[in-house]
Amino acid sequence: MNGFIHSIESCGTVDGPGIRYVIFTQGCLLRCQYCHNADTWEIGKGKQMSVDEVIADAKTYLPFMQASGGGITVSGGEPLLQIDFLIELFRRCKQLGIHTTIDSSGGCYTTEASFQQKLDELLQYTDLILLDLKHIDDKKHRKLTGKTNEHILAFARLLSDRNVPVWIRHVLVPTVTDDEEDLRRLANFIRTLNNVEKIEVLPYHQLGVYKWKALGLTYPLEGIPTPSEQLVEKAKQILGAK
Amino acid sequence: MALLTVHEALMDAWRTFKGDKWKKEIDVRDFILNNVTVYTGDESFLQGPTEATEKLWERVMELSKLEREKGGVLNMDTEIVSTITSHGPGYLNKELEKVVGFQTDEPFKRALMPFGGIRMAEQACEAYGYQVSDEVKKIFTQYRKTHNQGVFDVYTDEMKAARKAGIITGLPDAYGRGRIIGDYRRVALYGVDRLIEEKKKDLRNTGARTMSEDIIRLREELAEQIRALQELKEMAASYGYDISKPARNAHEAFQWLYFAYLAAIKEQNGAAMSLGRVSTFLDIYIERDLQEGTLTEREAQELVDHFVMKLRLVKFARTPEYNELFSGDPTWVTESIGGVAIDGRPLVTKNSFRFLHTLDNLGPAPEPNLTVLWSTQLPEAFKKYCAKMSIQTSSIQYENDDLMRPEFGDDYGIACCVSAMRIGKQMQFFGARANLAKALLYAINGGVDEKLKVQIGPEFAPITSEYLDYDEVMRKFDNVMEWLAELYINTLNVIHYMHDKYCYERIEMALHDTHILRTMATGIAGLSVVADSLSAIKYAKVKTIRDENGLAVDFEIEGDFPKYGNNDDRVDAIAVDIVERFMTKLRKHKTYRDSKHTTSILTITSNVVYGKKTGNTPDGRRAGEPFAPGANPLHGRDTKGALASLSSVAKLPYEYALDGISNTFSIVPKALGKDEATRIQNLVAILDGYAQKRGHHLNVNVFNRDTLLDAMEHPEKYPQLTIRVSGYAVNFIKLTREQQIDVINRTFHETM
Repeated sequence: MNGFIHSIESCGTVDGPGIRYVIFTQGCLLRCQYCHNADTWEIGKGKQMSVDEVIADAKTYLPFMQASGGGITVSGGEPLLQIDFLIELFRRCKQLGIHTTIDSSGGCYTTEASFQQKLDELLQYTDLILLDLKHIDDKKHRKLTGKTNEHILAFARLLSDRNVPVWIRHVLVPTVTDDEEDLRRLANFIRTLNNVEKIEVLPYHQLGVYKWKALGLTYPLEGIPTPSEQLVEKAKQILGAK
Repeated sequence: MALLTVHEALMDAWRTFKGDKWKKEIDVRDFILNNVTVYTGDESFLQGPTEATEKLWERVMELSKLEREKGGVLNMDTEIVSTITSHGPGYLNKELEKVVGFQTDEPFKRALMPFGGIRMAEQACEAYGYQVSDEVKKIFTQYRKTHNQGVFDVYTDEMKAARKAGIITGLPDAYGRGRIIGDYRRVALYGVDRLIEEKKKDLRNTGARTMSEDIIRLREELAEQIRALQELKEMAASYGYDISKPARNAHEAFQWLYFAYLAAIKEQNGAAMSLGRVSTFLDIYIERDLQEGTLTEREAQELVDHFVMKLRLVKFARTPEYNELFSGDPTWVTESIGGVAIDGRPLVTKNSFRFLHTLDNLGPAPEPNLTVLWSTQLPEAFKKYCAKMSIQTSSIQYENDDLMRPEFGDDYGIACCVSAMRIGKQMQFFGARANLAKALLYAINGGVDEKLKVQIGPEFAPITSEYLDYDEVMRKFDNVMEWLAELYINTLNVIHYMHDKYCYERIEMALHDTHILRTMATGIAGLSVVADSLSAIKYAKVKTIRDENGLAVDFEIEGDFPKYGNNDDRVDAIAVDIVERFMTKLRKHKTYRDSKHTTSILTITSNVVYGKKTGNTPDGRRAGEPFAPGANPLHGRDTKGALASLSSVAKLPYEYALDGISNTFSIVPKALGKDEATRIQNLVAILDGYAQKRGHHLNVNVFNRDTLLDAMEHPEKYPQLTIRVSGYAVNFIKLTREQQIDVINRTFHETM
């Protein structure tokens, strides 16, 4: 079983608990305007790696994972696009006692039977999902990402029904995702979920802009600054983030 | 005191101490294990600086500023040759100092030390606008031979050529070799009289039968050691202290121990003048005074602060060339903290905390070189405190006690950067390093130096093909290493014979057992360049570009290849193989005084100079560009994150490099975690993980590159900015601009 991998970071400290072996998968359906990994969008590119290869490499970091209470995080791109690879990878991780996390925006979630069936299996091996809720307002969500948020919210509800531990993340972009009313609506939605362990506000940054330029794309958020500390604090307060 | 008999004095000084063996014979380890009070709590007991400490440190900062403004040296002695008793007492502020003593009669005045080499001493003075007196010059050229002269009398043409080309370099042939740690604790525990008595006994027991050359040498050395101990007493007396008897309280223990160390740095300008492992030893005295109600915690911290202040003020006169090699005015007053006893008890005491706490009370500083002997078995609270102070100050290095303990026991210390040795029972012959990157070029070019364009190595057929063939290169490289290993050991034999003869460390060796283990400590430079070059030759295609004489002077790489620092076995195995191969070759050759062969993968800051002397290499590194420091991957080539980089280095086999494997790790704060608590937890985990993976040494720097860039432009804003380089720390603003740039260009681990 092969996956399409964009890159691997051996020392991730922000995508889940402890020190994480982070696999950035290649391919995503969303086109978020603030995406800092635009080079992971295109499906079918990247380096092909087998589950065996990934496991062999990841295993060498077990001492660091164990000492920090860390594990493996699959990020992207959108990991769920390669769900078969993910199932096999996480099944093997659980055999080794490695904590597993998916960093997803749920962009490819569907109620289709075959997907649901696979998701069922995957969730058996998944300890945590970092779920990116980009916008609560569907219209603004479409503008920001190019897709509706309906299926993403449905995914969030499903995870809640199944009691899968979730950290909700929200990227705070001034003038785009910082409207107080929207944040309150988002907070209300999060309150309807019963599986949320943590809520994180991620301040927008421009560190990925150079990738857009390298890909020959126009950066849509040109000129938008990173949010001030007060703005971040306020958003945290509204969302109940710590 | 005069009315007490020797026995009464001992009983008084040792009044509550447990154990017997250490009383019968010199055995500081036994004393520590019988009397240590292990501390597993956190740092909440620590006290801030006293008013006296603040005043004294203010004065030090003023003098430091003056020194900087004067171009790096405040004052130099040009008349009096430094010996243990050469100068009268010197003070910073006699009323306020709890621990007294300077190398000369005033702080910041650098002593004149010509026994290593008069030229070096002269040049050091001249560089700062001073002149060594004619009288001294005459004595050390006409009447008294120096170490340097001795070495050059004996060097062969081949040795001189290898030295000039820089294939063997940084050799201690013109300066003091250092890296010897006297057991300064013995003076506090036993008093000098007892130590003299023991040495006299050893002298009587040496040479009753055959008066062979080695016996004659040993008898002469013992006589010198005894004389040095007497001088030590005399020096202490000039400060008003009688140290013939053991220390009776913590204050005396600090002072006695410091006098012993002071004698060493008055006698020797060694490259590294390390302190050993004193904090837990001294804690035993503090604990007793605290119990007896004669000392408060605040006073205990004051003692530590004043002692550490003295260690920060160790100064030597050195030449600009020397500083280029070992930059930032380092003295390597390395203090080893923590570790675990063979019986499983951690040797962490409150004093382990107090020593690290000086980074708060006096601010960060490169010296003393605070070295934590890390074990996964250390108390969690201590681990966290270390990580916290590292994140805050970037002034601490870590060495794997779990790896060293089986080799060196539980009373070893680190000399210089990464050299472990049993305190008082082992010393080393420091041997700088061989440039293996250059050796690889010799393999390609038939022993002709790519820079000097002359035959340096043995003449053999060069590689003439357009594309390099891995097997052919390896075969020839193996031969070059064979030649180099022999030449290298022979060169070191010459150096250390002469150092023993003309620049013997009398007081440091007086504070060793008479019969000790000696190591011949070689070193390797350019390991990552060699590994990547061989990987390029093996996994990509490397084309040679030749000059008009057919010498390969540049290389073109076609295709990609695995690079050291990404936890990729294909190339990491090459690095491992090179270390094992070279060490195996070194072992074939007889060493001076039958010392045990060891090697280190450590460049200190000389990676810049070695790089300068080495041409284009097949890994794509350009001529003149610095090597990576120590065992580090070359900057920018480790692209899979911090742990991949650490994992590559951890593969290097410590058993083949028992003199240490240095790794310098720089990470931006936010890559360690989102908040302080997470950062501390993650750094502890990184250190635990690295220790479990059998990594040896880690310098930890936590800061942003911007801070360094700003410090380059505005040094005045950063008088105490400290960074770890390669086995030691430096004051960043004291580095040469070239070295500052090298540090800034190194990999700073960041995550996206």
